[in-house]
Amino acid sequence: MIHARGLRRSFRTRTGTVEAVRGVDLDVEPGELVGFLGPNGAGKTTTLRMLTTLLEPTDGTATVAGCDLRTDPVGVRRQIGYVAQSGGSSPECKVIEEMELQGRFYGLTSEQARARSAELTARMDLAGLDQRLIKTLSGGQRRRLDIALGLVHDPKLVFLDEPTAALDPQSRANLWTHIKAMHREHNTTVFLTTHYLDEADALCDRILVIDNGKIVAQGAPDELKAGLAGDLVTFSVPVTDGARAGEIAARLPEVSEADVDGGTVRFRAPRGDVLLPDLVRAIDAAAIPLTSMSVTRPTLDDVFLTLTGRSLRDAEMGAEAVGEATEDKETADVA
Amino acid sequence: MWRDTWLIFKRGMVLSLRNPVWVVITMMQPILYLVLFGPLMEKITQTPGFPPGSSWQILTPALLVQLGLFGSAFVGFGLIAEYRAGVIERMRVTPASRVGLLLGRVLRDAVQLVVQAVLITVLAMLVFGLRAPFWGIVFSLAMVLLLGITMSASSYALALILKSEDAFAPLLNSVLLPVLLLSGIMIPITTGLAPSWLYWISRVNPFTHIVDAERAGFRGDFALNAITTGGVILLVLTVLSVWWGARTFQRESG
Ligand SMILES: Nc1ncnc2c1ncn2[C@@H]1O[C@H](COP(=O)(O)OP(=O)(O)OP(=O)(O)O)[C@@H](O)[C@H]1O
Ligand SMILES: [Mg+2]
Repeated sequence: MIHARGLRRSFRTRTGTVEAVRGVDLDVEPGELVGFLGPNGAGKTTTLRMLTTLLEPTDGTATVAGCDLRTDPVGVRRQIGYVAQSGGSSPECKVIEEMELQGRFYGLTSEQARARSAELTARMDLAGLDQRLIKTLSGGQRRRLDIALGLVHDPKLVFLDEPTAALDPQSRANLWTHIKAMHREHNTTVFLTTHYLDEADALCDRILVIDNGKIVAQGAPDELKAGLAGDLVTFSVPVTDGARAGEIAARLPEVSEADVDGGTVRFRAPRGDVLLPDLVRAIDAAAIPLTSMSVTRPTLDDVFLTLTGRSLRDAEMGAEAVGEATEDKETADVA
Repeated sequence: MWRDTWLIFKRGMVLSLRNPVWVVITMMQPILYLVLFGPLMEKITQTPGFPPGSSWQILTPALLVQLGLFGSAFVGFGLIAEYRAGVIERMRVTPASRVGLLLGRVLRDAVQLVVQAVLITVLAMLVFGLRAPFWGIVFSLAMVLLLGITMSASSYALALILKSEDAFAPLLNSVLLPVLLLSGIMIPITTGLAPSWLYWISRVNPFTHIVDAERAGFRGDFALNAITTGGVILLVLTVLSVWWGARTFQRESG
């Protein structure tokens, strides 16, 4: 469905050249639901805008839905749906007007466009809002409308740029259901970006991790997580017993990265849950009182940390400071 | 392309009609000129050096050009707002013709402008006793249509390049005011009235010739050189600006 080789894009700004995407190779097969995960400024949107013919790549080639990006951009546009990070519906228009217009752009007649729009608004829980001005919709409704607009022509491939950013938890969960339904029931290939780990985890068959314009890892969420040292086990003992408890834990089988901080001991093990009884017995035998213990499954945040040496949250912080300097990016782009 | 032009045109019309405040506000300016400035012109036009024609035949066509210049030059602000809302990008990922996305908007603006121009002309006739030959008015309105196309296509091109109100507003102001003054809209810049340097600068300004042709139309002076210079200049400007706008809309990046 998507085959890209060596995609690159740099922007000239007043302060110098920004290498937003530096050589991305990716392959997405029909029917996949692929997540593009990365911190702010990693190059997700830029990659998507290249794949959807909005931006010309500085270098590299790609075929999207069977059409070459450079030689047949109109072919690409006909086949794909794209929902931009910040949406794309006009606040002053009515829901029905935007839906119909979008359908007509794809060559539908007004009747077809109206029928299609009725079907989609029902599917996206927007029924009855036809005559509403878009500026009066709630954030979640508006986001669902953006997605409905991207699906008007029943595309085989849909790009969603941060579909759930800035939504409350309830609307997010609701949108996930819609995205899953679109993927399963309508057999649509979905390529979405996100910087929520739980989202990538919950939705995607496969994840591409992008950092600093390059893909640093890919695989199914479980595969990526399995590549790590395993579950994180944490337990607490009185501060005076911390060091001794740490030694005991480190002697257990398959334990790695043991670390003591006062009375808190942390380590990783492939199956933390299975190890717990042994741990409790060993600590008990040494007559150390246990105050608490927990096992956490590795998260994609851990994956990101292992891959890049930074946690996803730290990466965001860094990007924000850089963000200031690139405020003017839109205007400088034309230079 | 024409289908997409039509779709965008229709959408724009629906939006204008839903919120006609702007159409009315842009018309206020010429109407105020007619009411508060027009009466002064009656005596002034007797000054030696003034071009032929009654005061209303001189003022009304000038106000139409002013409306075309100012009314249409600001349409780019609407486009910047649409760009921010992501509407332009959304339309650019559809197979819709990108030239159509421009033309639909331009034609909407031009039609709106002509309607305003007709209303002002009718007002000048009914209230102020403007007399002008029918075909002269038709010719002048055709010029207004072309002027509207020119200004709105350029405004969109510029807006899409700048993408920021903060850059767009000062640029417009610094271009429009000299163009307006130098085209002799309020007081015609003739050899009899202006020092020769000012006269020559004003001759270089294409809009001077457009104003002259408009005035010739309202006087019913269909002598060849009175209307062709302005007409041809405007036609060339229209072609250039539409080409510029189309190119800007088609470009991949941005
Ligand atoms: N038009 C532009 N002009 C200049 N720089 C740009 C432009 N667009 C993007 N960039 C820069 O390219 C880098 C990647 O941006 P991009 O929008 O692709 O990030 P992203 O992964 O989508 O981030 P986010 O999660 O914040 O949406 C950033 O450093 C950004 O400032
Ligand atoms: Mg982004």
